[in-house]
Amino acid sequence: MAIITYREALRQALEEEMDRDKNVIVMGEEVAQYNGAYKVTKGLLDTFGEKRVIDTPITEEGFTGVAIGAALAGMRPVVEWMTFNFSIQAMDQVFNNAAKMLYMSGGQINVPIVFRGPNGPAEFLGSQHSQALASIYAHFPGLKVVSPATPYDAKGLLKSAIRDDNPVVFMEAELMYSWEGEVPEGEYLIDIGKADLKKDGSDVSLITYGKPLRIVLEAAEQLKKSGVDAEVLDLRSLRPLDEEAVLQTVRKTNRVVIIDESWPVASMASHIGWFISKYAFDDLDAPVELVTSEDVPMPYNHNLELAAQPSVEKIIKAVNTVLYIKEA
Amino acid sequence: MKKDIKKYKPELLKKMLKQMLLIRRFEERAAQAYGLKKIGGFLHLYIGQEAVAAGSIANLDLKTDYVYTAYRDHGHAIACGMDINSLMAELYGKATGCSRGKGGSMHFFDNEKHFMGGNGIVGAHIPLAAGTALKIRYNNEKGVVLCFFGDGAIHQGSFHETLNLTKIWNLPVVFICENNQYGMGTDFRRVSSVDDFSIMGQSYGIPGKQVNGMDILDVYDEVGEAVKRAKTENTPTLLEIKTYRYKGHSMSDPARYRTKEELEEYKNQDPILILKSILLENNVMTEEEFQNLDKGIKEQVKASADFAEQSSEPDLNSLYEDVLV
Repeated sequence: MAIITYREALRQALEEEMDRDKNVIVMGEEVAQYNGAYKVTKGLLDTFGEKRVIDTPITEEGFTGVAIGAALAGMRPVVEWMTFNFSIQAMDQVFNNAAKMLYMSGGQINVPIVFRGPNGPAEFLGSQHSQALASIYAHFPGLKVVSPATPYDAKGLLKSAIRDDNPVVFMEAELMYSWEGEVPEGEYLIDIGKADLKKDGSDVSLITYGKPLRIVLEAAEQLKKSGVDAEVLDLRSLRPLDEEAVLQTVRKTNRVVIIDESWPVASMASHIGWFISKYAFDDLDAPVELVTSEDVPMPYNHNLELAAQPSVEKIIKAVNTVLYIKEA
Repeated sequence: MKKDIKKYKPELLKKMLKQMLLIRRFEERAAQAYGLKKIGGFLHLYIGQEAVAAGSIANLDLKTDYVYTAYRDHGHAIACGMDINSLMAELYGKATGCSRGKGGSMHFFDNEKHFMGGNGIVGAHIPLAAGTALKIRYNNEKGVVLCFFGDGAIHQGSFHETLNLTKIWNLPVVFICENNQYGMGTDFRRVSSVDDFSIMGQSYGIPGKQVNGMDILDVYDEVGEAVKRAKTENTPTLLEIKTYRYKGHSMSDPARYRTKEELEEYKNQDPILILKSILLENNVMTEEEFQNLDKGIKEQVKASADFAEQSSEPDLNSLYEDVLV
């Protein structure tokens, strides 16, 4: 298998799907001539021309709405938000139009569209440019929400998202674009709504999605050295959530730590915590622990911003809590 | 073209030159510190655009007037008289920074000096400026609000909504579109229905004008007129100030979307050199005085970097401070 970056995996998915279906277009700020702010759309303008790879002014609400309008009329736009921070400007279009059109029209009008871009904390970017917004998108019925953590998943899920007949919110991360991983040469799809068991274990379940997967696997490695066998479940999709996979791992280990780089209140992490307590209460040997970002806006100072986010240390501490291990 | 500069007080001319130089040297030092990884993240430099902030803000009385800008905010902060030690320390993320190390390059603030940021989302601060003007009107104060934003921001809904609101409510705002020609990597002509932004106020009944942003005296005069109109008639104005950034959008942008010739053309109209030659020609300043001024400013900027370097990191406990009052 070829080893490619997360960025290249996304690019391949876009290229393959644009090749496959002429209704797929890409739209956003700096996607064409500049090759994308994070170079995900590199070369697409040369290959597909400016009719299908469209630079927009900085008008997130406007171009997001235009893309939704094109989608409900039968096109398959992929909207790139330069970052999810700027998608906040476009939320009315996503929530009130894309997410509800099918329902409001009694099933007549569906919206096959993908909204993609980097989400979550990066580095040194401060409060307005560094925040994890998965919980907000996951809140709305009528959307699918995915958050791949590896190049393999990024490619397979983006291809599925483009082919999906529903609006799909697709969350990447600035810091993940240069991460490398194995991706097969031929075409493949990954089903939206399927979690991936990254590591088998018996003592505790670490449930996560998106960028934190890397530190979760690192924590699992460290825990192994101290004799704790952690299982790692990567949700990959938040909506629909792979509830069966969550229950399976809980029933196996009876102890759960959920790692989510969003804020803790009304989050995916808190929702999954509730879900486990409702459907697997008798399987739990300890209350579910959450490791989230601290409940503050992101500070600029690097020490503070690292302290604001989940870390290997925080994960190990939470694992010790659910295992009732007293730290030395 | 020889300018008649008799109407300007020599102190004002010297002050504007000094401010532009201070901004230039501060930015050069910041770029250097970024290269040394003392500063991280986005760093949007103001080099080339100095005349816009310095010339505009020279019209204000910051006891009553206010300034808002976007994320390319260092020049405006300096023109508002903020202490450059606190600015450099903010770039270094130190506790002595103007925003206690929590804001960074894009979020300079000084509530006392009425410098209201330092705002990161394109166009999103424009309504805030009108809100501050609403307060001024509400209390029958004398003030005006200068609202700076870039050519990228002018197509956002927030700009158009705010123009209408300031007109129907007679709010004292001067909207200053700093057209540095590129919204990140996009030539403004590629994404705008019109090439002349100053006419965009017309559909809202707001007067507009294009201004040469490389000539600080033009900037000073035109913003001065608009400020007067805002204060005496409660009428907003839209100015498109044509300028140019010598560097990329941020440190990571190699700016391959423009030609070297174009950059050179603008460097030949450098706002600092233009004002300097006017002052020299009119015997307001000698070459020696200029050199001494520049030397002093370089020392001041170096001292700010030393101050930033020696300042402490914020206490970890400050993470949870300032979330709510």
